[in-house]
Amino acid sequence: MNIAEKLTRLIGAWGLGVVRSMGHMFIFLSRTIYYTFAPPVKFSLILKQVRFIGSKSMVVILLTGAFAGMVLALQLYYTLRKFGSEALLSPAIALSLIRELGPVLAALMITGRAGSAIAAEIGIKRITEQIDALVSMALNPFRYLIVPNFVASLIVFPLLAAIFDVIGIFGGYIVAVKLLGLSSGTYFSQIDVFVTMTDIRIGFYKSISFGMIVSWVCCYKGFYSGYGAEGVSKVTTQAVVLSSVLILVWDYFLGSVLL
Amino acid sequence: MIEIRGLKKSFGKQQVLRGINLEVGTGELLAVIGMSGGGKSVLLKHLIGLLKPDSGEIFISGQDIVNMTHDQLDEIRSMVGVLFQGGALFDSMNVFENVSFPLKEKTRMNKEEINSRTYAALEDVGLSGMGHKYPAEISGGMRKRVGLARALISEPSIVLFDEPTTGLDPITLNSIHRLIKSTQKKHGFTGVIISHEIPEIFDIADRIAVIYQGAIVQSDTPDAIRNSTDPIVQQFISGGQTGPIKTIS
Repeated sequence: MNIAEKLTRLIGAWGLGVVRSMGHMFIFLSRTIYYTFAPPVKFSLILKQVRFIGSKSMVVILLTGAFAGMVLALQLYYTLRKFGSEALLSPAIALSLIRELGPVLAALMITGRAGSAIAAEIGIKRITEQIDALVSMALNPFRYLIVPNFVASLIVFPLLAAIFDVIGIFGGYIVAVKLLGLSSGTYFSQIDVFVTMTDIRIGFYKSISFGMIVSWVCCYKGFYSGYGAEGVSKVTTQAVVLSSVLILVWDYFLGSVLL
Repeated sequence: MIEIRGLKKSFGKQQVLRGINLEVGTGELLAVIGMSGGGKSVLLKHLIGLLKPDSGEIFISGQDIVNMTHDQLDEIRSMVGVLFQGGALFDSMNVFENVSFPLKEKTRMNKEEINSRTYAALEDVGLSGMGHKYPAEISGGMRKRVGLARALISEPSIVLFDEPTTGLDPITLNSIHRLIKSTQKKHGFTGVIISHEIPEIFDIADRIAVIYQGAIVQSDTPDAIRNSTDPIVQQFISGGQTGPIKTIS
């Protein structure tokens, strides 16, 4: 076998592996969606995960939201000043946050805090045979482990993105009004003029789809975790990296369609 | 009750089960012994449909479970209790919640009924008053006993034990064995125990099956296994370093 043939075989095997794992992931997603709508729904487990993913991510969202808004105000002010358009600072901050940065940064923060924990927790349940125990009791692990995280993410991601946006706008307000001397009235009135319901809807669609991506990837990686501590740590890293990459890729495609 | 015919299973290029043939009668307690990595746990996982064989048949109560749908398999699983190697207790639940979980999720019993059965099950395994503890707060032996209580609470007709005493001290080991035997007498279930505990396992099992390199070498009463002339069985139960079983040099 010559080098070209070997290389072709290697690329072919890699390509087949990628297609196979993508198919596996989509089957996992379709099962998750099916069990989301097939009763009985475990409301208590969903609420528990809303608390875990949502309220426990609040501090990190508040901090990153405030500083994202402040940085935006600072950078955009110096750019807009060159064109004499300082009055447009607040809509620029608000639109950047609502349409783009809020959903994306909030999703990345939640992935780092809760997504990794979800992958690790489900991975540990796999290696300690807790998932096998559920199956052996004729109970569906999707209902107990996957669907609660999936539904909770769909609820929590848009809410946290909205909080991120609001805090970011107020962070921008502190820099723009208190430090750079813009008028407080101008700041809020310009937001009111330029930000429309369409912008808010775009941010909402993005964050809800990010919620789906993060819960899907993290649950999938954990559910098919390898053995031992090394296996769990490997899938946790993979879950965070893949979720983060998919968030940015999907953000671009969704942005192109919704723009 | 359980019948296995020609069961084969490979993982990649490694053939783990090479045609297992085994029968377990109703109310019988069968122990499967053999070398580590010999396919014992893989065999057990096939009995509850956690793994699908490459070929072969598994009959439970006369029904072939290999080609069953999920729903049909769940009906079979409802008849089976499993004690996993590490207990497989749900770490987010306390002992009481772990034991009562199958009743809460699988039956329409009211709270009082579930509570009284759970307290009784905990008493059976000597863990009264421990219900509030979490799995991380109790010892390995206690975890196995909680796992046993959980496996038995639905009163299954078949109970599978995956190395129920591995890693335990001799006293706890014997108490778990006695507990398995006494609960089996009390509930009358059919049991399959995967074990490495020789000679202790001979005292509780009705029959012993010796597995080697993915096949059953001999399946007989404990006395017949003790007096077996098969060199593999003899070497395994005596722990001999010379014989057909390759040892670490």
